Amino acid sequence: MRCLKPLLLASATLLAAFTGAQAVAQAKSAADGIAEYRKMLEDGNPAELFEAKGEDLWKQKRGPKNASLQACDLGKGPGVVKGAFVELPRYFADTNRVQDLESRLVTCMATLQGFNADDIAKTAFGRGEQNNVTALATYVATASRGMPFNLPQAHEQEKRSFEMGKRAFFFRGGSHDFACASCHASDGKRIRLQDLPNLTNNPGDGVGFAAWPAYRVSNGQMWGMQLRLNDCFRQQRFPYPGFGSEVTMALSTYMGVNAKGAKSAAPTIKR
Amino acid sequence: MKSRNKAAAVSLVVLATAGCATVASMDTQVQSMMTASFRDQGIAKVDRLQQDRSNAECSKAAATGKALPDALAKSIEAENLKAVKLPSNGVFLGDWKVGERIAQSGRGMTWTDASTASKDNGGNCYNCHQISKAEISFGTIGPSLYNYGKIRGVTDPANPAAKPIVEYTWQKIMNAKAFNACSDMPRFAHMLDEGQVRDVMALLLDPKSPVNQ
Repeated sequence: MRCLKPLLLASATLLAAFTGAQAVAQAKSAADGIAEYRKMLEDGNPAELFEAKGEDLWKQKRGPKNASLQACDLGKGPGVVKGAFVELPRYFADTNRVQDLESRLVTCMATLQGFNADDIAKTAFGRGEQNNVTALATYVATASRGMPFNLPQAHEQEKRSFEMGKRAFFFRGGSHDFACASCHASDGKRIRLQDLPNLTNNPGDGVGFAAWPAYRVSNGQMWGMQLRLNDCFRQQRFPYPGFGSEVTMALSTYMGVNAKGAKSAAPTIKR
Repeated sequence: MKSRNKAAAVSLVVLATAGCATVASMDTQVQSMMTASFRDQGIAKVDRLQQDRSNAECSKAAATGKALPDALAKSIEAENLKAVKLPSNGVFLGDWKVGERIAQSGRGMTWTDASTASKDNGGNCYNCHQISKAEISFGTIGPSLYNYGKIRGVTDPANPAAKPIVEYTWQKIMNAKAFNACSDMPRFAHMLDEGQVRDVMALLLDPKSPVNQ
């Protein structure tokens, strides 16, 4: 929070510099230009603001029960934040289902703080408590930065979630017959100039599943994996996936297990 | 010996049945997951999750990493080819300039779009294909279409000699699954009208189009 002003100023300056440098960047590969741009922004990723907000929210007493989230069990025991992100989604005995980070945060907001989980799930991204969920997710993810993904696959439901996620990943439908796999099942492909990670195996450190939550420069928004998947489905011309719905858990399990060993770079900065 | 064969046969039947049961229940589970996970939003309704034979078979095959059996692929292709209508007025080519605009547009059919009318839909072509040389922002999921007509020797699209390639191109755009059961390419008969396809055809086949320079 303390470096809010210089950070935003730096971002704005770099953004302007990038726009000016675009013609030059086109001479190199577009990917090189984008990588260079991200490098420039690395020291001033606005995701830090969301991380700081998330940390405050984690410790703050809030909700009808006026409680903090510090007793929240993200899978490694109550209150353990570090390392939790790189093992999610996983099976939780208390809810008897596989949950990703955002869905688990909502469970804790309901049980510990007394919020209504259904109301939060129904809230649009970027509004009300959903904004807080995104900030909390950014905080929790940041605590695992640089750690390798290692999703548990011992529980029957975790194995099932992976298998269902694989089926969902290859599920073609909608007006355009698209599946996740239409864009993300082979190496070295791109849409327009945007490189596409192959998510059917480990795409490497900080790529694909290991890159989100991320700050989107193009719209100035912080996106968690739930919104990332939601917008993929929009572009796939699918109907609307519910927040925390089974298909989103399953796809995250599939991508997370495939990314085993890849180091998390979240929160990253994206175009 | 005889009884051993019989036992083997029985166990084979049991195995086959068990195999079918597992597969069937997995399909059912996938269907119920999809149904429970999505809801209507704007023009994007849950009926988009209903798969035709092509989408159902290709999804399942891809998830298991297997190609479709030849006979099944052929039958899906035949079914899709049968669905393609050749241009009602017999004209295959329109205006390449309009075609270029359609090829550039990636709009349409998402839940943030207002209508499903074909006039509101783009072709998304550059998202996956190189087309004209001037546009450097092109995708690589599909093959390059630069010089599409020229490479295929189309100097006069109206000449009967060009007819096979002209007809094939029309059919391929309208329904790519007619030639490759599990093609990644959308079936544009599902979102573009004949006029729009004529214009895209011209972009690819008109000797005056920048594609063929």
